[in-house]
Amino acid sequence: MIEFRSVSKQFPDGTLAVDDFSLTLPSHRTTVLVGSSGSGKTTLLRMINRMVDPTAGSIEIDGVDIASLEPVKLRRSIGYVMQNSGLLPHRKVVDNVATVPLLRGVPRKKARADALAMLDTVGLDRGLADRYPSQLSGGQQQRVGVARGLAVNPNILLMDEPFGAVDPIVRAELQQELIRLQTELGKTVVFVTHDVDEAFLLGDQVVILQEGGRIAQIGSPADILAHPANDFVASFIGADRGKRALHVERHDGRDVLVDSDGRLAGVLVGDSAPGQVGFSR
Amino acid sequence: MNIFGDALGWILDPANYAGPGAIPVRVLEHLGFTFLTLVVASAIAIPFGFAIGHTGRGRGLAVATSGGLRAIPTLGLLTLVALWIGIGLGAPYVALTVLAIPPILAGAYAGFEAIDRGAIDAARAVGMSEAQILTQVEIPLGLPLLIGGLRSAALQVVATATLAAYVADFGLGRYLFSGLKTRDYAEMLGGSILVILLALALEAVFATIQRVVVPRGVATTRLPVDRARSARPRPGMEPAITKGNP
Repeated sequence: MIEFRSVSKQFPDGTLAVDDFSLTLPSHRTTVLVGSSGSGKTTLLRMINRMVDPTAGSIEIDGVDIASLEPVKLRRSIGYVMQNSGLLPHRKVVDNVATVPLLRGVPRKKARADALAMLDTVGLDRGLADRYPSQLSGGQQQRVGVARGLAVNPNILLMDEPFGAVDPIVRAELQQELIRLQTELGKTVVFVTHDVDEAFLLGDQVVILQEGGRIAQIGSPADILAHPANDFVASFIGADRGKRALHVERHDGRDVLVDSDGRLAGVLVGDSAPGQVGFSR
Repeated sequence: MNIFGDALGWILDPANYAGPGAIPVRVLEHLGFTFLTLVVASAIAIPFGFAIGHTGRGRGLAVATSGGLRAIPTLGLLTLVALWIGIGLGAPYVALTVLAIPPILAGAYAGFEAIDRGAIDAARAVGMSEAQILTQVEIPLGLPLLIGGLRSAALQVVATATLAAYVADFGLGRYLFSGLKTRDYAEMLGGSILVILLALALEAVFATIQRVVVPRGVATTRLPVDRARSARPRPGMEPAITKGNP
């Protein structure tokens, strides 16, 4: 469990990135921080592994104030995945994945074997192990980034817009892959994005942020969609327009769902079975 | 008679390969002087350059200082230092070290600055200490530009080291000064040609080192991206030399 307690961050130039932010992130769940640029979401994420230190308030991981922990040691115990992968260009894929275990003193042979197994976990061919990052596609690089983040088997995985720089098809693929991984591994994932669809797809708990890290609403995707807390949230998630604002139209004796632009979204098939969405595309 | 012919004749004259002041001795002196100057200048410039590149602080000061150092006329500085510490090799060492520092300093910090910030940020975020970032990320990736700085410093020093003979009986510059005094233009030109050859040889050596130190993953940037299920043969790590040759 990660707890933010009245956390503020003022940068040396005077910008107040986060102002009196409090939040509890439950273990083994995915919490998505979503907001536009300037909402402080990345700053909040980077506070968890002390890449940024708060100017006021405290952050606890499982009851331990992280300000009392040594930053380098803390970071080695937390997985971190960033946009554009951030892989070391002069190291092979397998060595990139093994970076942190080696820093933690795992013997080279074991670190390499584990790294190869980790490539399987994230759905990468072992044949890519001896390539350099520049020889991979953007999607493959992101998978390597995820593999590196998971390499020390951390409890917490921080993901800073990890799929922001890949094309939509690959992004959808990576999102599904993350959902699969998360059901298998059950990490405490903190995921930052500006994409509401991504937030609703991946998040167990979604936190919608306004500028200065002010929380506009916290809840499950269904809560937020069903009851937007205010006009800001409603407009941010697009509840009033496009493919989220569906209405039923009768067509040849069947109910079809149409979005606000008049485009067909699906067919109403009656009562939904448990765990199944109420309409099919 | 052709003065170049005379100069070549002087270079090839066996008489110039024996006794004190023989060509091989002078060449070794010249090279040794260049080498030592580069070592001392590196010992001063590289730590500063790395510190600037790593922290991102002090760049303005470094640019201003190296600009100032570059603007100092080497002959003037040499004369000044020689007047101060006396005739001998001390003065040329000081003057040429001053000449060599700016390019090495610039190479050291520019090498760090050219590295993708994302890679360094990620290295820190996954738990590398500052020392590990320096030795495992910044130095290997910044090395090619540092060698580039050393290369240009070496070129300047090997050419300007002729001035050492201005205040000491030392190096290939001796042929220029003595040839000038005795109006032996064959000796002067022969000496100059030797300096040029030495400079070209050093260039070749440094160009090779500069190529060799480029990390492989960076050097292979232009290789095609792997595409799954691609029917094309994959150009992997095999040397490119054999490719496209008839």
